[in-house]
Amino acid sequence: MSNKPVNVSEACTGCSVCVTACPFGAITITNNKAEINDACRVCGACEPICPVKAITLKKSDTPQNFADWRGVLVYAEQHDGKVHPVAYELLGKGKELATTLEEPIYAVVIGSGLTKAAEELIKRGANKVLVYDHTVLATYRDDPYSQILTEATRELKPSIFLIGATSIGRTLGPRVAAKLRTGLTADCTGLDIDQETRLLLQTRPAYGGNIMATIYTQNSRPQMATVRYKVMTEAQPDPSRNGEIVNKPVDPARIQDRVKVLAFEAAKEQVNIVDADIVVSGGKGLGEPKGFELVKQLADALGGAVGASRPTVDEGWIGYRHQVGLSGRTVRPKLYLACGISGSVQHQAGMKTSDVIIAINKDKEAPICRISTLAAVGDLYEVVPRLITRIKEQKTRG
Amino acid sequence: MSIGLNIVICIKQVPETTEVEFDMETGRLKREGVAAVINPFDEFAIETGLRLKEKHGGKVKVISMGPPMAEQALRDAIAMGCNEGILVSDRVFGGADTWATSLTLAKSIQLTGPHDIIICGLKTTDGDTGQTGPEMAEHLGEPCISYVSQILDVKDGKVTLKRNLDDGVETLEAPLPLIITVSKDVGQPRLATLRGRLAAKKATITLITNKEMGMNPKELGLDGSYTRVTKIFTPEPHAGGEIIEGTADQLADVIYRKLQEAKVV
Ligand SMILES: Cc1cc2nc3c(=O)[nH]c(=O)nc-3n(C[C@H](O)[C@H](O)[C@H](O)COP(=O)(O)OP(=O)(O)OC[C@H]3O[C@@H](n4cnc5c(N)ncnc54)[C@H](O)[C@@H]3O)c2cc1C
Ligand SMILES: Nc1ncnc2c1ncn2[C@@H]1O[C@H](COP(=O)(O)O)[C@@H](O)[C@H]1O
Repeated sequence: MSNKPVNVSEACTGCSVCVTACPFGAITITNNKAEINDACRVCGACEPICPVKAITLKKSDTPQNFADWRGVLVYAEQHDGKVHPVAYELLGKGKELATTLEEPIYAVVIGSGLTKAAEELIKRGANKVLVYDHTVLATYRDDPYSQILTEATRELKPSIFLIGATSIGRTLGPRVAAKLRTGLTADCTGLDIDQETRLLLQTRPAYGGNIMATIYTQNSRPQMATVRYKVMTEAQPDPSRNGEIVNKPVDPARIQDRVKVLAFEAAKEQVNIVDADIVVSGGKGLGEPKGFELVKQLADALGGAVGASRPTVDEGWIGYRHQVGLSGRTVRPKLYLACGISGSVQHQAGMKTSDVIIAINKDKEAPICRISTLAAVGDLYEVVPRLITRIKEQKTRG
Repeated sequence: MSIGLNIVICIKQVPETTEVEFDMETGRLKREGVAAVINPFDEFAIETGLRLKEKHGGKVKVISMGPPMAEQALRDAIAMGCNEGILVSDRVFGGADTWATSLTLAKSIQLTGPHDIIICGLKTTDGDTGQTGPEMAEHLGEPCISYVSQILDVKDGKVTLKRNLDDGVETLEAPLPLIITVSKDVGQPRLATLRGRLAAKKATITLITNKEMGMNPKELGLDGSYTRVTKIFTPEPHAGGEIIEGTADQLADVIYRKLQEAKVV
């Protein structure tokens, strides 16, 4: 077995698919066989693309010295040039980790029309931003985005790499982690540095939120995690901050792109419980689907969004986009008002970081009452209408 | 396409209950008295596979990596209508994280013959990562589409389908072979039929161990995993405040004052 990090076996037919796939121009065909030259950066782009599986990357079995992997990298998801706020949360947490380690913090942004986005990432604390800006990257696709992100990571060699656990992040993350041959901790809600080992301690809920597990990645780099949205605190912009913006060339011919996006239909319901400052939620205690009309009235009176517990969604009382909790969305509003919700651990997983929690529940033993800033023990059908009246009275008066 | 599709479905056996308990000293799950079932999300994967077969013809294989008792999950899947069960089981596979699991599953699937589509559940209720499918795609060098809500058509070696993203629904076209993970929107899983149960009883489950795979044990199970669990604990309860009782009017008053304090009214 060869000692080279990338090995080409006898199975190679010299078809040259890998030659075009290689981002570094490191492969040539000599005597009908692929040859890897010194330009190789072991990015792994050639391995999966080989139709006869003749190319393999060597995986070292002895713990490596990771001294050259330094810094924290944040993937900045964006839509139409606008950075997803989870990226600012990652910069906030990432900066903390980078400061503890005394290492730099980087961001990578991929898409089209990214000048503003890149500047914003610097203002929010990134020391350096790699920008992959090209019209072919305008819509998200797993293949090109994971390939580029893998190349960017190989170039920056960060010790820690954070991705937002959005629907895109959760499918992009594992693709990149597998290409990089490293571990990936899903959906983290806590990140810390172990003082002694300098390893990243990644904490996440498992088993339906009944337990928390702390996980680390010892024998590979980067230490990768997807991080739950609305859990970390956003880095605030500072216009005086400076940093390096590096515009990277994008060559569409080298990008693998197997899946075509034929259409996109934006969600019809304009519910955005995640970004709302006030969320009023209903649970099984509403007793019937119509109960959500009352919840909606209260939410409207407060200028908030309507949330829901899982069983109400499962029974079709309200759409999935309203679901708060472990298998729904995490919310972090200024006010979370729970009507007829018992407050299971799974539900709490999605709302307990709210600033103020108010519960209306018949049962004072319900778990929600223990975690609420204020728990009102009573029938929601009696309390909520009165509360709506109070709010409306005040509005007409003031 | 007269020969139909080679469909592979990945299923995992998980503890049934929502109230799992942990032995805090050993960090192990207390399994006594807890029934093991097919991961609920994987039943939607099975349903997707069976519907594909009904429409386009072909064969549905289910594969599960796990301890010998996972054989029951495979038989349950056959009772729902799957054709074949494959159990991937070996001591050296134990303790695998998503990297090692997806690698082991990918190699086993390759061993069992060609496939057109591999279907995974959205995530498991125990590990809860949803990473196994996309990572397997990398091991196999095939494209992957997550959160599929509907398969529209399979034609000329291509699939068109819809998938859910945070802000809407995407329609995509992908070449076969392909890996997908499916959401609950694909349709309610069917129940086992009597005929299915009989078939399940008689079915021979193919066993794959590392003898068949011939991998370096260092790449498998706990040794082959990049992530390690160091600590397990119960979530911290959120600090509570006051619990008030009274008439509906009084309660509405107190809540209203709290809203003023919080500056939301
Ligand atoms: C893997 C997994 C993931 C999950 N993910 C989620 C998730 O993301 N989100 C989620 O919410 N759940 C989730 N669950 C489900 C969760 O365990 C609970 O089943 C669920 O949250 C309970 O919903 P509930 O509070 O609406 O209903 P219940 O538990 O039935 O509570 C209803 C409450 O209403 C009160 N009540 C009844 N009538 C009235 C009235 N007239 N006035 C005032 N109060 C009244 C009752 O006292 C009771 O406390 C998950 C479970 C699992 C296993
Ligand atoms: N041990 C396993 N055997 C077979 N399939 C699995 C296994 N683990 C995970 N999967 C598949 O991968 C999906 C995601 O699992 P997870 O990444 O654990 O959330 C599941 O819904 C299954 O389809």
